[in-house]
Amino acid sequence: MTETNSTELIRLSAAQLAAKLAAREVTAVEVTQAHLDRIAAVDGGERGVNAFLHVNTEEALAVAAEVDAIRAAGGQAAEELHELAGVPIAVKDLIVTIGQPTTAGSKILEGWHSPYDATVVKKLRAAKMPILGKTNLDEFAMGSSTEHSAFGPTRNPWDLDRIPGGSGGGSAAAVAAFEAPLALGTDTGGSIRQPGAVTGTVGVKPTYGGVSRYGAIAMASSLDQIGPVSRTVLDSALLQQVIGGHDPHDSTSLPDPLGDLVAAARLGNVDGMKIGIIKELHGEGYQAGVENRFNESLELLKEAGAEIVEVSCPNFQYALGAYYLIMPSEASSNLAKFDGVRYGLRVLPEEPPLTIERVMGATRAAGFGDEVKRRIILGTYALSAGYYDAYYGSAQKVRTLIQRDFEAAFAKADVLISPTAPTTAFKLGEKLDDPLAMYLNDVATIPANMAGVPGLSLPGGLADEDGLPVGIQLLAPAREDARLYRVGAVLESLLEAKWGGPLLAKAPELAASTAASSHGGSH
Amino acid sequence: MAAINRDDVAHLARLAHIEMSAEELDRMAGELAVIVDAVKSVSEAAGDGVPATSHPIPLSNVFREDEVGHTFTAEQALSGAPDSDADRFKVPAILDED
Repeated sequence: MTETNSTELIRLSAAQLAAKLAAREVTAVEVTQAHLDRIAAVDGGERGVNAFLHVNTEEALAVAAEVDAIRAAGGQAAEELHELAGVPIAVKDLIVTIGQPTTAGSKILEGWHSPYDATVVKKLRAAKMPILGKTNLDEFAMGSSTEHSAFGPTRNPWDLDRIPGGSGGGSAAAVAAFEAPLALGTDTGGSIRQPGAVTGTVGVKPTYGGVSRYGAIAMASSLDQIGPVSRTVLDSALLQQVIGGHDPHDSTSLPDPLGDLVAAARLGNVDGMKIGIIKELHGEGYQAGVENRFNESLELLKEAGAEIVEVSCPNFQYALGAYYLIMPSEASSNLAKFDGVRYGLRVLPEEPPLTIERVMGATRAAGFGDEVKRRIILGTYALSAGYYDAYYGSAQKVRTLIQRDFEAAFAKADVLISPTAPTTAFKLGEKLDDPLAMYLNDVATIPANMAGVPGLSLPGGLADEDGLPVGIQLLAPAREDARLYRVGAVLESLLEAKWGGPLLAKAPELAASTAASSHGGSH
Repeated sequence: MAAINRDDVAHLARLAHIEMSAEELDRMAGELAVIVDAVKSVSEAAGDGVPATSHPIPLSNVFREDEVGHTFTAEQALSGAPDSDADRFKVPAILDED
């Protein structure tokens, strides 16, 4: 294969790659190798993207070779291959995998290998999708910039001095930098959608329970959701169709399937649909360039035949506060298991007595970063005697009010629309010392997690003032993920017609990194 | 509602089994005070008549088939343990001898 071919291959969408593989115009090994070469060229070194914590070269190529052998042999086995067989994918390092380390971006799990696969990983293996590696994240998915990773920040491919969003900055940056056509993310308060917005990629948080959480290291169990990351709306639909469905290993998994999401993405029609602007999720506090691109998308949808209505969700003003009580409370409980006994790091205190309690204290002090400690302490506070009713109890009531706001809004509109994040990507280090400013990035994405409804972010263009990507968020009622794909695909095609191609075609070329060869194995 | 202070943080850090230096306690108390102040409006948002929501999409009576499935071998279960002995996790002393 020539070098030109390899450069073209990495720019194809998953759907396009699947079609070329099925037509035997290209082999899965060629596709997988092209992405591994791209990772080697742009991910490592001082100014590398640093999207990957581990690259899974050998296994990915072996799976690709298996797909090629099945296709070459023909017959029933070839016919039964999944549509995405041979299309490579990256996996957020919060999701456990046999055969590769899982760190959750934390020193406390450095070097740990899971003895089991997450359900979503099993499904990728069943579809014979080569897993390229594990992507960087804020430690235990706590953050909005990937700067809280214990293994260094990921850089935004649009501007290497800026954040790629978080917590799933690694997955979004890998897809934006053409290191992978697809990736898996997790979204507790916006960790799939906000990185999608600031990197010009597509990210979807499915309905709570629509995709099994078994094997995703839990942060806040009533909010966490695994979902797809891609460059096109159709690709996310294809991926959610692979990973979704009921799982007896997850007691919160929805028993019924969510319908044909791929067909919804291919339908492409919003004529007569009601699209609701959420009054509280734009305007004041949102960057001018974000607001302009948002208004432009509304105009395009109107021209395509959608009816734009305004809805009010007055309790969304309490969503961020309630989220920062519920999430740390659940996290403080979920992270109690990292105690230096069953897995990961064990640190002995410098002086006796050497009791288990002091070993736990020393282990957690050395193993957890500042943001994780802050949230554990905050959660322990919110759950402690005397404060439980005022904090955790009140936050759960607010959750009911947010659900009621969504119910009222969806009585007036089929889908809701807002900017995904209030600003474009900020500079690395800019908000690192101001936790509250960092939390405000998630103001528009958190309500969906609080109510369990699905949300999709797609590229809405570049902000005039800084030339950086802006995200448009669509929200649908619970179990109506198909509506997101239907409206998202229409908006995407209208915007791409306006731009003359995908938004990522406007991203700067990444220079090959000088220290690329040092990045082959693990971090 | 009371503000969070350094003594509170020291107590909470003990409860959460995280050793903290004096400097860390000072910094954490300052940061958490700002966050607690920002979230306190939540306690006034909902009236007494509003029920709590613990899970966004509640499912009740979730059962699975009662089938014998995969279980880990002792070796697999211990594969990531910092210390083990005779197919068991090995931990330091539970009680202080002093």
